[in-house]
Amino acid sequence: MVAMPDLLPALPELFLACAGMLLLMIGVFRGEGSLRLVSWLAVGALLVTGVLLVLGPTERTVTFSGLFVSDSFAVFAKLLVLTATALTIILSQRYLETEQLARFEYPVLLVFATLGMMGMISANDLIALYVGLELQSLSLYVIAAFKRDFAKSSEAGLKYFVLGALSSGMLLYGASLVYGFAGTTNFDALAALFAAGETPAVGVIVGMVFVAAGLAFKISAVPFHMWTPDVYEGAPTSVTAFFAVAPKIAAITLFIRVLVDPFGDLLAQWQQVIWFCAVASMILGSLAAIQQSNIKRLMAYSSIGHIGYALVGLAAGTEAGVRGVLIYMAIYLAMNVGTFAIILSMRVQGRMVEEIRDLSGLSKSHPMMALAMAIFMWSMAGVPPAAGFFGKFYVFMAAVDAGLIVLAVIGVITSVVSCYYYLRIIKVMYFDDLTEPLERPSRAASLVIAGTALFTFPVFFIFSNAILTGAATAAASLFQ
Amino acid sequence: MEIAAIFLPLLGAFVAGLFGRFIGDKGAQIVTCSLMVVAAILSVILFVQIGFGGPEAARTVHLFTWIDSGSFEVAWSLRMDTLTAVMLVVVNVVSCMVHIYSIGYMSHDPSKARFMSYLSLFTFMMLMLVTADNLLQMFFGWEGVGLASYLLINFWYEKKSANDASMKAFLVNRVGDFGFALGIMAIFLIFGTVQFDEIFAQVPEKANATFNFLGFEVHALTTACLLLFIGAMGKSAQLGLHTWLPDAMEGPTPVSALIHAATMVTAGVFMLARMSPLFEYAPDALAFVTVMGALTAIVAATIGMTQFDIKRVIAYSTMSQLGYMFFAIGVGAYPAAIFHLMTHAFFKALLFLGAGSVIHAMSGEQDMRNMGGVWRQIRFTYAMMWIGNLALAGIGIYGVFGFAGFYSKDIILETAYADHSWYGTMAFWLGLAAAALTAFYSWRLLFLTFHGEPRADEKVMAHVHESPLSMTIPLGILAVGAVFSGIVAYPWFVGHDLAHFWGGSILMLANAEGETIIDAAHHVPGWVPWAPTVVALAGIGFAWLFYVKSPDLPGRAVASIRQLHGIVFNKYYFDELYDALFVKPAMKLGLGLWKGGDEKVIDGFGPDGAANLTQRLSGVASRLQTGYVYHYAFVMVIGVVALIAWFFLSAR
Repeated sequence: MVAMPDLLPALPELFLACAGMLLLMIGVFRGEGSLRLVSWLAVGALLVTGVLLVLGPTERTVTFSGLFVSDSFAVFAKLLVLTATALTIILSQRYLETEQLARFEYPVLLVFATLGMMGMISANDLIALYVGLELQSLSLYVIAAFKRDFAKSSEAGLKYFVLGALSSGMLLYGASLVYGFAGTTNFDALAALFAAGETPAVGVIVGMVFVAAGLAFKISAVPFHMWTPDVYEGAPTSVTAFFAVAPKIAAITLFIRVLVDPFGDLLAQWQQVIWFCAVASMILGSLAAIQQSNIKRLMAYSSIGHIGYALVGLAAGTEAGVRGVLIYMAIYLAMNVGTFAIILSMRVQGRMVEEIRDLSGLSKSHPMMALAMAIFMWSMAGVPPAAGFFGKFYVFMAAVDAGLIVLAVIGVITSVVSCYYYLRIIKVMYFDDLTEPLERPSRAASLVIAGTALFTFPVFFIFSNAILTGAATAAASLFQ
Repeated sequence: MEIAAIFLPLLGAFVAGLFGRFIGDKGAQIVTCSLMVVAAILSVILFVQIGFGGPEAARTVHLFTWIDSGSFEVAWSLRMDTLTAVMLVVVNVVSCMVHIYSIGYMSHDPSKARFMSYLSLFTFMMLMLVTADNLLQMFFGWEGVGLASYLLINFWYEKKSANDASMKAFLVNRVGDFGFALGIMAIFLIFGTVQFDEIFAQVPEKANATFNFLGFEVHALTTACLLLFIGAMGKSAQLGLHTWLPDAMEGPTPVSALIHAATMVTAGVFMLARMSPLFEYAPDALAFVTVMGALTAIVAATIGMTQFDIKRVIAYSTMSQLGYMFFAIGVGAYPAAIFHLMTHAFFKALLFLGAGSVIHAMSGEQDMRNMGGVWRQIRFTYAMMWIGNLALAGIGIYGVFGFAGFYSKDIILETAYADHSWYGTMAFWLGLAAAALTAFYSWRLLFLTFHGEPRADEKVMAHVHESPLSMTIPLGILAVGAVFSGIVAYPWFVGHDLAHFWGGSILMLANAEGETIIDAAHHVPGWVPWAPTVVALAGIGFAWLFYVKSPDLPGRAVASIRQLHGIVFNKYYFDELYDALFVKPAMKLGLGLWKGGDEKVIDGFGPDGAANLTQRLSGVASRLQTGYVYHYAFVMVIGVVALIAWFFLSAR
């Protein structure tokens, strides 16, 4: 008699899995032209999943023989991921239609990718981690190459696939080392083992570094970032918008869970790895972006930089640090979704444009859009009182409290350097002459832009408390 | 009322400065002039109330607290006593005249609103200075008039000489202001406050306090007073810090009349009179003031004899008269100094505005060698210049009637004589000599400008015309002041109603016989009051001889004392000396620091270097992105290897 596992903690995932398959069916049976329907159904499914998440248990529950964990940390991260995916699907529609990419597989793949992310976030075992990660990655490989008759897109998909396979290999190799030296892949068991105070075997440490390298690839932290600019540029813009947000949030929460939960007592060992990745990402993200003229590539380097800042909070290894990362990612979501909504609206006479100079004179043709973009750029540069400032503030504070003063100082310096290219966009929009006006953005895009811009400033500034407490609870649940 | 008298000019400056474009030149002139007229009337009323109301009429109007930091508390308040009231009248009335005069004088200038705005701003700053209730507020006004002076000297900013002159004025004043600032700090150190009343109350008990400076015991009050006097020297163009004043004549003539004759340059005199309770306890500082004042009076007068620019002659005359005021203060006769300040404001403003009228008539010509023989065409101006000169030279009949300068110069020389100290006696003789020279250069100016053969070309001569009413009316009003202000004010300022008039605003300690220096001055030998008039008449006579009777005499006289004349004509080479001592080395040092220190070192490694480095690094960073998958994979593998290697190396 095999005992039936407790399904309740995984209810949102189960629902989303069924919904995904159902959407696939609907798409297959209705054939071409069902993008719109499937998209909205997908958004609906994500919404229901979110509701189920909120209604579900908030205290830590483990199920599936210890493979799956649900706690408020997971809930917080999953809500962010679901929001990001839903907004991306909404933004993508018009883009897909005008670019002759209106195929129903797109939202379905996003739903499956999201399912994978949720699995990652809730993973309580190296095996579960890998399963979730691969489900996500496979979906992403496909959508990166979604514009398959377009060489750049195919190239992006292929590059991502090859390098992703390499990173998965590293991750698996690391997992096997950990298993070989520690005798278990379960996070709780590993945590108990290291908490006992034994000096960990060298193999465990090497394994951990490999696992960390595999995960660093997913969040595109330097030196595992090389795919990012090429894939961001080559992939269809709506896909880039998705890549930039949801997978990043999922991967960094997974990163946090792996390092803090099973390997939490090995802080001294992994801190230097994270420290290095954070510094390298911040420096490269701020320097390389200066040379870019393509706004998608610029956003790629920008996201590398932002991951560096988020890693600063993780490097602290404290509850405050984790809280800082969660706040950072929530703000990052708003800024990036908003910016990509604007990039997706960059359309001149029926064709997409993606050069920075195409934004020149935006303040004259679309003053509100330019204002929103300016807010996002101020926020990304970390200028108060925009939300981005507070994101950076909390991670740097955590780093300083943890004694990582050098790290915080480097963070502040690179953040000044990065101002250069963020402010350049504002300069282009406000001070350069209008060449060709952009077309009007779609209603959905306008709503998303307005909403995220308002969140970035001033809503976050005024109502930051709700998010701060949410992030604090989430972080606390991880350190129980 | 006090507030209105002081803030109306500020309002005018604001309106003309910010909205001059909307209300037009006419509007700006009307606004500023009418506000000034109101302010002038109010200040006369205030003067009558406070000056003749006895000591109890003095008051302080508290506006609000400025700085309140620990034990350091400074308020904005208006100190209303007789000294302030006198200055209020002088500043507001002269300023009012100059405002109106400017309407005519600047009628061909394209930026009238800016000019009126600056004038009003200057007036406000000067009022801030004279109504200050503490040293810090006074310093605010002090710097404010410096700024306004800079702006106005440089009013014709397209002229390089005006730019240079304004910078020179600003920089030379920096030296003085530095002394003033140090003086304020010294006073704060001694008394723990910058509030006048609180300082004065403590002076007697601190009279013998000392500083320990580099192992020397120095008398604290003397130090503070000397520092304050350095500030006064800068602003009032005393010997050593005077070089900016003649150059400041690059500004429009009304500016010279208002700022560089009647008001701002007398700020130093006012400040010393205001601080009289302090100076009275620092006799050594007073001796220094006397010597400097007397030297300035004679040196400036000699230079004035040799100059040919009509405005520069009057400028040196101003400097010389300021010297009189300072040595009056030096011998402790503060009321005499302020008396001369007041009369001087009238007749010197009259002379400047008259000179302006001449320049206006001569189509902008300022060199007296190109004038002459115009008195018939501009009779009114000519008469005004006569009155101004008579007042300046101090002509009058003792005991009957005299022009304004007669009374004030007399009392100054009498106090200097009555002082009996070596420096007082020196000041008396130098002052007497300067009085003769004053009369000489005044009539030299008059004869060269108005008499003799016309030396201007025909085009200019055909153009010579009397100035418009807006210029002649202020001249007339100032002439009334130049004639009567002396005889009317004498009893109050330095006569028998002195104590009632000044109240507590000025302190004069009594000497051993129990009388103040002013009392003593009334008991000098009978020839002393006559002496200035006699030497002045002699000076006039010489001027007549030199420039009317036998015009070839000056040439021969100069030839016989060529070297001496050269020194004097070149203003004792002060400018050249300073140029070699300070300006050139400072330029070299600045150039070195700029090229070598700033551009190469600080910019090179600082902003420019960082920007270059960032640019280069960012080029490297983006070149790393080759596009080849195997490069990317290689970096990843190297990354993992490096991280593990680092771990092993650091774990050891």
